[in-house]
Amino acid sequence: MNFDYNEEQQLLADSVRRYLAKSYDFEARRKIVAAEGWSTDAWKQFAEIGLTGLPLGTDHGGFGGGAVDLIGVMEAFGEALVVEPYVPLVLAARALERGAKSSPLLSSVVEGRARLAFAHTEKGARYALDAVQTRAKESRLSGEKSAVIGAPIAEHFVVSARGEDGIGLYLVDRAATEVKPQRTLDERLAGDVVLREAPAHKLSGGAALLEETVDFATALLCAEAVGALQFACDTTLEYLKTRKQFGVPIGTFQALQHRIVDMYISLEQARSMACLAASRADSAGDARERARAISAAKIRVADAARHVSQEAVQLHGGMGMSEELKISHTFRRLTVLAREYGDVDHHLARYAAL
Amino acid sequence: MDLNYSAEELEFRDEVRAWLGANLPAELREEVESYAHLSKDDLLRWHRILAKKGWVAPAWPREWGGTGWNVVQRYLFEEELGYAGSPPLIPFGLSMCGPVLLRFGSDAQKKRFLPRIYNGEDFWCQGYSEPGSGSDLASLKTSAVRKGDHYVVNGQKIWTTLAHYADWIFCLVRSDSGTSKRQEGISFLLIDMRTPGITVRPLILMDGAHEVNEVFFDDVKVPAENLVFEEGKGWTVAKYLLGYERMNTGRIGESKRQLAYLKRYGEHLMGDTRWRDRLSRLEVELTALEITNLRFLDRMRRTGQPPGADVSMLKIKGTEIQQELTELMMDATDPAASDPLSVAVRKRYLSMRKTTIYAGSNEIQRNIIAKSTLGL
Repeated sequence: MNFDYNEEQQLLADSVRRYLAKSYDFEARRKIVAAEGWSTDAWKQFAEIGLTGLPLGTDHGGFGGGAVDLIGVMEAFGEALVVEPYVPLVLAARALERGAKSSPLLSSVVEGRARLAFAHTEKGARYALDAVQTRAKESRLSGEKSAVIGAPIAEHFVVSARGEDGIGLYLVDRAATEVKPQRTLDERLAGDVVLREAPAHKLSGGAALLEETVDFATALLCAEAVGALQFACDTTLEYLKTRKQFGVPIGTFQALQHRIVDMYISLEQARSMACLAASRADSAGDARERARAISAAKIRVADAARHVSQEAVQLHGGMGMSEELKISHTFRRLTVLAREYGDVDHHLARYAAL
Repeated sequence: MDLNYSAEELEFRDEVRAWLGANLPAELREEVESYAHLSKDDLLRWHRILAKKGWVAPAWPREWGGTGWNVVQRYLFEEELGYAGSPPLIPFGLSMCGPVLLRFGSDAQKKRFLPRIYNGEDFWCQGYSEPGSGSDLASLKTSAVRKGDHYVVNGQKIWTTLAHYADWIFCLVRSDSGTSKRQEGISFLLIDMRTPGITVRPLILMDGAHEVNEVFFDDVKVPAENLVFEEGKGWTVAKYLLGYERMNTGRIGESKRQLAYLKRYGEHLMGDTRWRDRLSRLEVELTALEITNLRFLDRMRRTGQPPGADVSMLKIKGTEIQQELTELMMDATDPAASDPLSVAVRKRYLSMRKTTIYAGSNEIQRNIIAKSTLGL
């Protein structure tokens, strides 16, 4: 039993943090969001640091890393509110690696040249992975995937679709689709992807690969949430110490002290579950045990996201509502995080069924 | 990062588990599992079984009977005790008076008291709270006036757990009422409960149980040799106990046993989504607390630093979970049933409301975190 990061994990997280502190502060992020919605420079840096290669095998020039190796990175992303669609890239690339081992795309992903997105959501399906209307017939896909994160800049999609032998994942070239861009509530690039008999390459692995991929995503998201939660707690604490009313810092009021203590307790409980989720996502063993741990983690992390984000805004008073302060953007991210890849109700139902 | 116990840790746990399986008397375990009243004899019987094995005070130094286990082993041991359904080890001697004497006691005090605590020959209770001094402990008024070779103690303690079983009480008393800081005039005294002038009066709690008492002191003569550390330095002694390593504060093992039992006990409700969701959320919270507890232990092991306000968090979350478990248990009983177990389960809900109040109310624990961890 130990909760240490090893040297490589520590070094990786440190270099990501250094880069984000230098080039991705709140002002820089604001500019990115106001312009294209992503930064090619940041993307290049992520590749140089090794992030695009981290989750892929050495056959493709990657490092064969898992969710635990990414905890520190995801926490740093959560703290800085990185908008670049890194998680969708990881998911699509991992699925591709598992379902089509020889794809030439993978070494391009490692080098940061190929941008992939993961398209598994549809309107009306909510969070159910098996409510797939998109059809696969003779290697052509028809249907519409919705709110696909990173879609506007993706060059390839890994898409879930229903074929004659059930649900499976397919690789589709962006040129064969129509993408309707949008921005999410938390200011990230997304899009609806329309497929009209789009040529597709079927990946092996079927529904089990889809579920495993989404579980992996959920584990990464839990770690990202911890970074955002930590920021929300720290910045609120700072505000309580500096904001004065009635002639004293408002942090001297016990009503507020107890509330921020509870925020930190939520953070610690969420952090513990994020550790559990990452570690179970990496242990190849029992799929049921993995799914149970990851749903449990998402339940606790989503509860913490709701609790901490709401309290952070409330304790900031009017300033918490303001677009000017980073905390309101962290609020938006945590609100979306709590629902992404399944909200609390979805994961409670899944947890109970397992 | 590895959330699993090492092979050595698992081996240790299995050794403890196997020993408990063979040596925890079935009738004691059944009493604990059915929420029955535990007599003084029950408590002492289990204490002495552990003492004989050499496991009753693992954290003490080896020369006084400690086991030399590291923090993880001590945690595993305590969690296994809870998980097995063993009677509680009453903390007043083993984890309170004992550690105080080890840190502050004279050689004579150690020799006189520690072996008797270890072997369960003296039953101890704690004299801290007073009618006017609960959370604000430093306002305590029970007075100790030095007269020659003894102190004369007058005043009243309240909520004194198991004073009616106790042979001895350790007390915080005011030995000097003229100090500028209230904390400075307090002393730590050991008092024989058989001394003339002590009266114990039961306080019956809402579940009908007699656990706590009022203890009255009326011109009680206490030999000066029973003063621990220096006169007027009792607050230092009390504060040391607050920071003492109590990493089983979250009572994870005990709650895991209760949760497993709750799942069996409430099996008829498993088809009800609302019930399942309440149960799931509670299980998730307990899982999270277990990992949080392990993270704190791991940090303690690596840094060698005492846990500090981490213990406050474990206390808050651990007791909230314990209470939620009792509430779910009560809700799982047949409302029309009046069998002994159903009645005991309902009474336990009443009784366990104490957990967020005792040992520093959860509000005081939040004050501690706000001050010492968050710097507010």
